[in-house]
Amino acid sequence: MQLKYTLLAGAVIGAPASAADLKLSIEIPTLAMAEYHRPYVAVWIESNDQKFVDNLNVWYDVKKRDNAGAKWLKDMRTWWRKTGRDLNLPVDGVSAATRAPGEHQFSFSSSTGALAKLAPGSYQLVVEAAREAGGREVLRVPFTWPVKTAQSAQARGENELGKVTVNLQP
Amino acid sequence: MNNHTRFRLVATLAGALALLPLAAHAARNWLLPSSTNVAGNNAWVTVDAAGSDDLFHFDHNAVALDGLRVYAPDGTAVEAKNQTTSKFRNTFDVQLDKPGTWRITILNDSVNANFRVGSESKRARGTMESVRKEIPADATEVSVSRNDTRMDVFVTSGKPTDTVLKPTGSGLELVAYTHPTDLVAGEKASFGFVFDGKPAAGIAVTVIRGGNRYRDQLGEIKVVTGKDGRFSVTWPEAGMYWLNANYPAREAGEEAGPAPGGRGPGAGQNAGGPGGGPNAGGGRRQQEGGTLDAPARRSSYTATLEVMTP
Repeated sequence: MQLKYTLLAGAVIGAPASAADLKLSIEIPTLAMAEYHRPYVAVWIESNDQKFVDNLNVWYDVKKRDNAGAKWLKDMRTWWRKTGRDLNLPVDGVSAATRAPGEHQFSFSSSTGALAKLAPGSYQLVVEAAREAGGREVLRVPFTWPVKTAQSAQARGENELGKVTVNLQP
Repeated sequence: MNNHTRFRLVATLAGALALLPLAAHAARNWLLPSSTNVAGNNAWVTVDAAGSDDLFHFDHNAVALDGLRVYAPDGTAVEAKNQTTSKFRNTFDVQLDKPGTWRITILNDSVNANFRVGSESKRARGTMESVRKEIPADATEVSVSRNDTRMDVFVTSGKPTDTVLKPTGSGLELVAYTHPTDLVAGEKASFGFVFDGKPAAGIAVTVIRGGNRYRDQLGEIKVVTGKDGRFSVTWPEAGMYWLNANYPAREAGEEAGPAPGGRGPGAGQNAGGPGGGPNAGGGRRQQEGGTLDAPARRSSYTATLEVMTP
């Protein structure tokens, strides 16, 4: 099930290193509490002046009947305002199921999806997490496109996100 | 308190009592939606209608739903559902079954007339049509005033749209240059006021963030519309905000309701201002001098706006 959604998202776990892939690691922290729900997470690219460029991934409760899980997409407020409210989820290649606490690895190919269309320039990869009955957190990690030299950058969340790492190899 | 001040207060109070039955109470009237931005394809909002000093705590008066109108994103009027009345608040639901921006309005528009028939003083109250019928042709000293109050909230399902934002051209209305469901703390929002569709200059606008029960200071933002009727607000923080303005233009700091600032140093400033006398007199003329064809006008506008965190 998880693999299916991962493939839908255009990301391949454990794929061999290939030219100019964007490797992303997102850590969802383990939170000890009576009522825990997996966070909704949106991953997108924006310019350095925070203008939306393209979506990479949106994790939400895709299993609820009648797409009822879409109700809480607005809680990713930054993403919702920039792009979410313009979309009609689920979107093939973007939406995926929520994930359990732990580190999740993704690889986005430069030859398909958002990266294939990305113009040369400096960008931010943005990760926003919002948890039902919990909090919200937004992290930004800078990167330059296309990849000419190896890049690695990370940000660390304090509440809803752990370490977010972006690795790019030419 | 000098005579000048007293005269102004009396004039203002008389005007408020005669023409603004809602504002004559201590309370601020408001609509409070459960959400202003919703997602998904089966969205509902519940709205409270109440009047209170503490925004947005329903602890004083319910606001009547007689003038309730709900407009879908395409501008068509739809029914509010599950209307209930209770002591301190009235509530209703709106099923947001179409994507876009919805407008929920309580509009009251009434006409008052004082006149004499022979030696007898008479009053009429109702719509312009009903009042016109009540006043006989031989009536003298006919004095007519029209008072409208509009309360708006805007709720967006999915992407904001503009159709329901267009002013209707009657009374005091907000013009939204910034979309009223796309407000974010730290950002500047641009609005304007029109009266009967024309830019309303010099209108004092009061903006108060909810939750004043838990603050020592009201912390209201006061702005005055420019010649083009426009004004802007930079939201200091996220929350639900009450926005209120009244026509005709008054001096800044003078609220229709009890202005907490009015007892401070600002009160003296109002009384001593060069416009104090003529303005107060103008209020009386407005109140007493209207005709059936050109009634004196008073108009009040209130919106509840939600400001999100960035």
